[in-house]
Amino acid sequence: MTAETGTEAATPLWEVFIRARNGLAHRHVGSVHAADATMALSAARDVYTRRGEGLSIWVVPSGAITASDPADRDMLFEPAGSKIYRHPTFYEVPDEVGNM
Amino acid sequence: MATTSIVVAETELVLALLRRADDALVLGHRLSEWTGRAPTLEEELALANIALDLIGQARALYQYAGELSGFDEDQLAYLRDAGAYRNCLLVEQPNGDFARTIVRQVFCTAFTDPFWRAAMGSADATLAAIAGKAAKETAYHLRHAGAWLVRLGDGTEESHRRTQEAVELLWPYVGELFEADAAEQAMIAAGVVPDPAALRDGWERVVAALLERATLRRPAEGWMQTGGRRGVHSEHLGILLAEMQVLQRTYPGAQW
Repeated sequence: MTAETGTEAATPLWEVFIRARNGLAHRHVGSVHAADATMALSAARDVYTRRGEGLSIWVVPSGAITASDPADRDMLFEPAGSKIYRHPTFYEVPDEVGNM
Repeated sequence: MATTSIVVAETELVLALLRRADDALVLGHRLSEWTGRAPTLEEELALANIALDLIGQARALYQYAGELSGFDEDQLAYLRDAGAYRNCLLVEQPNGDFARTIVRQVFCTAFTDPFWRAAMGSADATLAAIAGKAAKETAYHLRHAGAWLVRLGDGTEESHRRTQEAVELLWPYVGELFEADAAEQAMIAAGVVPDPAALRDGWERVVAALLERATLRRPAEGWMQTGGRRGVHSEHLGILLAEMQVLQRTYPGAQW
């Protein structure tokens, strides 16, 4: 945190999502500091679409995102680890079924 | 071993191209000077992006001017002295602080934005094509600079003071944007380049609206600087060119 200058610390943080092609979902690519939503879009364009990565940009105030607590990781995600039958590869499809 | 400067036979068209190319190259070089020194990472990249757009515009214009005059783009950029540069004085003014750079951007792009859009209708197909690309880039440059002008002017007491100072300092250089000498008039009459004077009202409207939103004062009409279009420059251009040209001047034809 000490690396942040006064100006940057006082400037809101925005999360940046970019859609690379039609039909794909917007994907989180990083964050920018900007004074308002318009300038955040501008900054996101300048920082994250320099090599033709994007067709569409979303910016979201970082504070608007509710995130899971890393300490809850075991509780939230470990139970899924042992349930291999939830993966389609768990099942053998009889030849008679043909294409699914 | 230093190289000798080239002498370009400036037909009316070559001169018109060099004026726009030199504006783009000199302003692009000025913005590139922010690299490593910008206030934030976001602005570092924004200014470098704009600089690269401008240098790209300059290259396209130099290539075309070069075809007509027998030089290549590097010779036109690196082997002309300040007296042969045809850019307006505004673009060569030093960066100063971030506020001054932004005010210079607003004044320049509020002119180049309508200029390139108008030039898309040029009777010269090559220039029209160059204008088509430049117009898209410049529209973004104006939006970027305008957003910052409002933020800085209507920001803190200090950012307001610095931005107002920059407006006063650079105002005497805006008159030159709308000049057109006899050579330029000939190209305007031929439908090759837009008439800068016809863009003045639009420029005034855009700048006045931005200044108002930024709570900045528009300076009173007064004496305007002139000379850049015929090679009479401020001392700042010589220093800029010395840095920009030193490599090609010292190692002629060096490539990397």
